[in-house]
Amino acid sequence: MSYRVVHYINQFFANIGGEEMAHVPPELRQGHVGPGLAFNQAWKGEAEVVQTIVCGDSYFAEHEKDAKAQVLEWVKAEKPDLFIAGPAFNAGRYGYACANICQAVQDELGIPVLTGMYEENPGADLRTKVLIVATTNSAAGMRKAAPAMANLAMKLMRGEEIGASCEDGYLPNGIRRNFFDKERGSKRAVDMLVAKLSGKPFTTEYPMPSFDRVAPNKAVKDLSKAIVALCTSGGIVPKGNPDHIESSNASHYGEYNIQGVEKLTEETYETAHGGYDPVYANQDPNRVLPVDVLREFEREGRIGKLHDLFYTTVGNGTAVASSKKFAAEYAQKLLQANVSAVIMTST
Amino acid sequence: MVKEIERAGIPVVHMCTVTPISMTVGANRIVPTIAIPHPLGNPALAHEEEYALRKKLVARALEALTTEVEDQTIFEV
Repeated sequence: MSYRVVHYINQFFANIGGEEMAHVPPELRQGHVGPGLAFNQAWKGEAEVVQTIVCGDSYFAEHEKDAKAQVLEWVKAEKPDLFIAGPAFNAGRYGYACANICQAVQDELGIPVLTGMYEENPGADLRTKVLIVATTNSAAGMRKAAPAMANLAMKLMRGEEIGASCEDGYLPNGIRRNFFDKERGSKRAVDMLVAKLSGKPFTTEYPMPSFDRVAPNKAVKDLSKAIVALCTSGGIVPKGNPDHIESSNASHYGEYNIQGVEKLTEETYETAHGGYDPVYANQDPNRVLPVDVLREFEREGRIGKLHDLFYTTVGNGTAVASSKKFAAEYAQKLLQANVSAVIMTST
Repeated sequence: MVKEIERAGIPVVHMCTVTPISMTVGANRIVPTIAIPHPLGNPALAHEEEYALRKKLVARALEALTTEVEDQTIFEV
């Protein structure tokens, strides 16, 4: 009698399609689909994926309550020994869906759960609530991710105690358990200090947490005199993407002049972003960068002026450090241009 | 990116669909939008209706920019 597992995946890994199929509602399939095969192979008969639930990433993001209700209904009826989701790697909506659906199954049905994704995935914010295996940032890492997830899943199913995050490969979840180290603390501290003083590499036992919040700036007093700038992570660029901003993991941002441009059109602009269905943005780029409306507000006097330049990059799989660098740089340009406020749009 | 603009001293509003992500990132002024592939639009609507919808969303964003906030605030439309 082997353990029974229900697996949650998205439209891409179920081979239904890419972004153009991200809207599909949840679908229940018998047996394994896509990466489920790799789990079965790793479990060698001790466990198997008995059902797979496929759900479009955009559907989950835009209809979270309905999606959760449907999935919970199916999982409740099937009563598996474990619920596993992903791995999502660096796909933001997918990781968000995996982590959130796992949390729902765990909290509302009391079934053990496990998912996997890259540490920068937005879904990884739930690492203290749900067990998340650390993966690389692209599906090329499936060969390592699937066995890592399968091993930890097996421990959960057998009821075995799981090790530290570095041992069992999951994202640190803030839980501390006391244990006896081989060497006493005083020796480890001195060893670390000596390494640090001699410029040798050392590994901290406790990384300092980064408290990164920025206090909100004062509100704009008089919009009718203000220069308002538009920025986006939705990848809106002039038609032809002249500066070749990448569709994923952007290496730079674009600065484009919209002086005299009353609205963006299908002929003059497009999106370079590879992480969402581009059809609607290409048909009418104002749906991502609302130049048309801001021009009207400018004419009406609601705002003083729409800044001549807009700043754009592609948020899809772009490293946090990169986007931080881009914005820090163009924020200075905005300051120098006396911009009073910014509207940032994201997809 | 929203945080870096805020850090530079410019008030900024984030218009996005998956607001929990924006909250985690640390945006202070957030306006929820329509859908991922068309945050400021709805292709199911007639052109005039869609434009009116976009105008309403951006107007809310402007309101957010003129409203003092102490903490992260979502400005529903």
